[in-house]
Amino acid sequence: MAQAAATQHGEHEETTTGLNHRKLLMWAFLGSDCMFFGSLIATYVVYQGKSKVGPFPEDVFSIPVTSVSTFVLLMSSMSMVLAYAALTRGKMKAFRIWILSTAIMGMTFIGFQVFEFRDFANYEVHIDCAHLDVEKLTEFEKTFADQCADGVEEFEEQHGLTPRTNLFGTTFFTLTGFHGAHVTLGVIWLLSIAFHSFRGGVRPETNLDVDLAALYWHFVDVVWIVIFTVVYLFGVFPGI
Amino acid sequence: MTTLSIPVPSRPVHPTGVWGWITTIDHKRIGILYGVTAFIMFITGGLEALYMRAQLARPDQELVSPEVFNQLFTMHATTMIFLAIMPMGAAFFNYIIPLQIGARDVAFPRLNAFSYWTFLGGALILKLSWFFGGAPNAGWFGYAPITGIQYNPGHGIDFWAMSLQVLGIASLAAAFNFIVTIINMRAPGMSLMRMPLFTWMTLITSFLLVLAFPVITVALIELMFDRFFGMNFFVPAKGANPLLWQHLFWIFGHPEVYILILPAMGIVSEIIPTFSKKPLFGYPVVVLSGAVIGFMGWMVWSHHMFTVGLGPVANSVFALTTMAIAVPTGVKIFNWMGTMWGGSISFKTPMLFALGFIWLFIIGGLSGVMHSSAASDAQQQDTYFVVAHIHYVLFGGSIMALLAGTYYWFPKVTGRMMNETLGKINFWLVFISMNITFFPMHFIGLDGMPRRIYRYSSEYGWDFWNLVASIGAFALAFAILVFMINVIRSAMKGEKASADPWDGRTLEWSIPSPTPEYNFAQIPTVRGIDPFWAQKRERVPVAPVAGGSGEDDAHSIHLPQPSYWPFLASIGLFIGAYGLVYYQSIVGMTAGILGLALTIVSVYAWSFEPVNDPEEEH
Ligand SMILES: [Cu+2]
Repeated sequence: MAQAAATQHGEHEETTTGLNHRKLLMWAFLGSDCMFFGSLIATYVVYQGKSKVGPFPEDVFSIPVTSVSTFVLLMSSMSMVLAYAALTRGKMKAFRIWILSTAIMGMTFIGFQVFEFRDFANYEVHIDCAHLDVEKLTEFEKTFADQCADGVEEFEEQHGLTPRTNLFGTTFFTLTGFHGAHVTLGVIWLLSIAFHSFRGGVRPETNLDVDLAALYWHFVDVVWIVIFTVVYLFGVFPGI
Repeated sequence: MTTLSIPVPSRPVHPTGVWGWITTIDHKRIGILYGVTAFIMFITGGLEALYMRAQLARPDQELVSPEVFNQLFTMHATTMIFLAIMPMGAAFFNYIIPLQIGARDVAFPRLNAFSYWTFLGGALILKLSWFFGGAPNAGWFGYAPITGIQYNPGHGIDFWAMSLQVLGIASLAAAFNFIVTIINMRAPGMSLMRMPLFTWMTLITSFLLVLAFPVITVALIELMFDRFFGMNFFVPAKGANPLLWQHLFWIFGHPEVYILILPAMGIVSEIIPTFSKKPLFGYPVVVLSGAVIGFMGWMVWSHHMFTVGLGPVANSVFALTTMAIAVPTGVKIFNWMGTMWGGSISFKTPMLFALGFIWLFIIGGLSGVMHSSAASDAQQQDTYFVVAHIHYVLFGGSIMALLAGTYYWFPKVTGRMMNETLGKINFWLVFISMNITFFPMHFIGLDGMPRRIYRYSSEYGWDFWNLVASIGAFALAFAILVFMINVIRSAMKGEKASADPWDGRTLEWSIPSPTPEYNFAQIPTVRGIDPFWAQKRERVPVAPVAGGSGEDDAHSIHLPQPSYWPFLASIGLFIGAYGLVYYQSIVGMTAGILGLALTIVSVYAWSFEPVNDPEEEH
């Protein structure tokens, strides 16, 4: 839809506010999307700690791993800014490099998410009975501590987290899944622009197409920061 | 713009007949499509209501089974709200807004066509459920957990949810379009505080749509995920709280009430000054109270949940906000009365309907204030008293105003007047039978008759007023039939209308009737509220004499060209959503994937569609 209205009205149309139609449309859409993610996040928060069976957030989350993917996504926003800056200055080669690197970082983020989802789905309770320290176990692991009783050295059991497992699984996969879908859409959009630019279709005068994609990309990035804080950080460190 | 080597079929050039309507992106034709479709849906919703009134006319009747009765009230409400009143509003937005702001089209004409066809797809998904696996039966609010797969294993709820999702896409696309159109395409000089009231209310409604629909989208996604994939959003056994659904639904649902009524208020605010020959009394106050209603509409949703046990603090807060929101509404009513005060009022049919609106809306507003008190609401919850209230605001309010708007703008759309005698008969029939139908519901409601029961026993003493209401319902159906006859007759051989039959005030009356394809031969310049009135009375021209913003003559006006893609994208959504209802079968899944693929391809092709066919270049 990116080029839709440009072809419709040309780039130099006069508008009442001076703001381009498509830019205004994008802002309205992002406002709407705020309510979309707001409702999903609200659902997640309302159900936080309400799951009747494990695994729970502190069992499955790995803050270091997710911090890396969060960092990658943040950096992709920066390279998006650089891409747009290069385009407006007419540096087409730099523009292509930056826009492709933005897309690649987006794909990296998605890769992390796929890896993470698979990891959660294959979660195993693992208790080292030989050096058992009940204090260090999570709530969920504690429910298995008595399995160590009959001289078992090590205890392992498959307890994969899926959307059906408990409320945590349901709300977590839905929220992060929809965010992942947004990132995927953004990657497709960025790749379309890159493809288009290799055919000479993107020029400094038509930078609005890139501007809109950038706006969308930054928005999706900001949403992730909220999700990372509310879901991951508060999930593992409930005290903060 | 860009030259592309991607093969894209050329755009249709001057298509005619059915093909012309399918590929049209003209806001006027889309408005007519919306209006006609919504009216047909209104008839189907009305028939569902008649069926229920027939069943309830006498005690202990067995015309319908309880299962069918559940489907009837669910379908009646969902139809009237989402397939009749909302799209009728959209019909007026489409046709009137560009004319009122002095534009030649909306900001995104193809997105507009997409909205209509997607709406039609959503409507069909809902209505066809009668024939394919049963209609939804959980009420229009679809409370959890009766919508859950274990209590409701059929496909009815799936159709309902899919249909609402598709309708949501249509409404959102339309709302984005009208926000941009109104903010960005006003004629030179038309500042925000010079916009006609109907345009103002459309803008506020569009903002409400944009912010409220995502909430029900999420609620429906959660419901579908529960049903399709066995997730736990609304499964109490897994620790879920079914009240989550109620909160999400009413956070959407209360703004939705204003989505239904604000356009009606906008229409009435156009008609009353015109037929009183006075400017709207307190224009800025009316605008402001509309904005306040739009804002406060977000703070009252729990008044639908006074009996679920949120506690005295929450109940008190929501009772107070609900009482407070009646204030801006009351302000508007005083402004309309102030407009009429001292005016030379002519009681033409549009004015009669507008006055009927005020009268009936006041009754509905008063019963609304009655159940804003949590204590009193506990007595009225789920009784016919609430049914009476909602019909006074939605029929007495929205539908009366939409009928008023139809009589008012009909000459501009068709170039012919609606028959005035038949119109007056029509008004009195609607007004009287409406009251006969819905007023008795206050009595049986206070006597304790619950909503949604399919049958009652004579010993409760509800017989008489139920019979009266049923007679009224059939009389109301006859009144609507008179309206239909008047529309069809007048469209075919009504008296020819002049450009300005009502001595109008806003820009749409400055152009010929019926509206030319390009709307304005010259883009007007606006120097105040009611620009056309000023031109007629004070000889302030709305168009510059030469040069300025509108030197185009009718032959060189570039209009956006028709396109196949919006239609195809909507068809894809329809097939996709329909298929996904049957996702468990291979055929359904295939249809779902193919449909969505068609949508994606269409949207992609749409964005690369060329500007103008070479043949169209001048
Ligand atoms: Cu409400």
